Amino acid sequence: MTGSAAQLDADGNLRHLLTLDGLSRALLTEILDRTEGFLSVARQAVKKVPLCRGKIVANLFFETSTRTRTTFELAAKRLSADVLNLNISTSATAKGETLLDTLRNLEAMHVDMFVVRHADSGAAHFIAAHADPHVAVINAGDGRHSHPTQGMLDMFTIRQHKGDFANLCVAIVGDVLHSRVARSELSALRTLGAGEVRIIAPRTLLPVHAEALGARVYHDLREGVRDADVVIMLRLQRERMRGALLPSEHEYFQLFGLTEERLATAKPDAIVMHPGPINRGVEMDSQVADGPRSVILEQVSNGIAVRMAVMSMCIGTQNLRSAGQADG
Amino acid sequence: MSATEVWKSAAEVEDVIRRMGAQLRELLADRDIRGPLMIGIHTGGVWVAERLHRALGLSDPLGQLDISFYRDDFTRIGMHPQVHPSDLPVGLDDRHVVLVDDVVQTGRTIRAALNVLFDYGRPASVLLVALAERDGRELPIEPNLVGLHARLAPGEQIKLTGPDPLVLVRAGQRQGDAP
Repeated sequence: MTGSAAQLDADGNLRHLLTLDGLSRALLTEILDRTEGFLSVARQAVKKVPLCRGKIVANLFFETSTRTRTTFELAAKRLSADVLNLNISTSATAKGETLLDTLRNLEAMHVDMFVVRHADSGAAHFIAAHADPHVAVINAGDGRHSHPTQGMLDMFTIRQHKGDFANLCVAIVGDVLHSRVARSELSALRTLGAGEVRIIAPRTLLPVHAEALGARVYHDLREGVRDADVVIMLRLQRERMRGALLPSEHEYFQLFGLTEERLATAKPDAIVMHPGPINRGVEMDSQVADGPRSVILEQVSNGIAVRMAVMSMCIGTQNLRSAGQADG
Repeated sequence: MSATEVWKSAAEVEDVIRRMGAQLRELLADRDIRGPLMIGIHTGGVWVAERLHRALGLSDPLGQLDISFYRDDFTRIGMHPQVHPSDLPVGLDDRHVVLVDDVVQTGRTIRAALNVLFDYGRPASVLLVALAERDGRELPIEPNLVGLHARLAPGEQIKLTGPDPLVLVRAGQRQGDAP
């Protein structure tokens, strides 16, 4: 069972969201279109819709996260689901319980969806493969592999500002080697037919065969962002760096930090994105982060709507399957 | 095979809406309501509301309501394929609302629409206006103003097509079809 096949049901509907690899352009577009509808919920006085009332969503975070966990939590709550936040690193596994035992216990509590964040690549796939068939799994970031909802919220933000992907030049800057965000973005940009995709990074922060990711590789920031419509900055993932990949953060900023001056070669209406948290003065300076071209905070708001769309799609197909079983 | 035929032509529908505009004006006057907020339910209700809104010359922009997230059949049929964002440009609190739909049948859409409205605010009152109503009510919901009353055979449906021209079509099941 490959990752992309495992996340669709027999009718091609989204059952889990583990990776953007292998998902069709039609399905990615459906996620973006549905997100559009959920944006308006934030404008209601009561910021809640009853779609997932009575469902239980468990946030299983084996790795710390603030933004992703809180936006998943808010998304679930805006869908009227009940939310369990489990900080696994400080709970049962520390007492020796295995991952599968933890899962079985949560299933016994009739949890309908697991949102999984883990430092190991493939963790969400593993959980999806072993979870009860009625449970949906959403990958909230696994190791260096994939962060599909972040990828989709970035696509949504790009589409909001730029419309069609076909004529766009998108530059992704920084620590591609450790970035699951970059991998999900590259996958989505390819599927959605982005005109040109570039990666700008020092050699030590590029994966082997970087060109195979479907992007042109640059080692010079000014050259790389020339005429770009979208500049996506990645966070330097110090916690994942083993060994001396960088001389110093200061030196990194000197070469790859985004400043207004270096951004000057990009298109005048280019937007600047960052998945957060920003290291100010390392990946970009504050003038850019807080400047008129920055859409970083919009990304956060859009993240809630994207997560609502994905969660409701998975839970919606769950309903269909259980209705089918009941009829049969 | 289901057969589709025109039930009310574009000219007839426009006539009905014109008459409804005059009746709505009277109804609002009777209730002493000035400057109501008009809100159409996606998709057909918005088309009807656009015409009524013009006819009454209302100053506040027309609101649009999508009820997909409030449907009671999500657990049975999943997500509605097309969701339009709701757009209520003006606050609802203490306003008199005229809610407009195309065809009222079970009443479930209106139940959902009322729930959406109350998640946006607390209107002073809500009047329900429908281009057409038919049998099959499953909830105690009756429009305050109706353009057409349809008497249909079992299995028959009426549907508004639009946005321009607006035509009411009837789709029936011929004899021998599965129920």
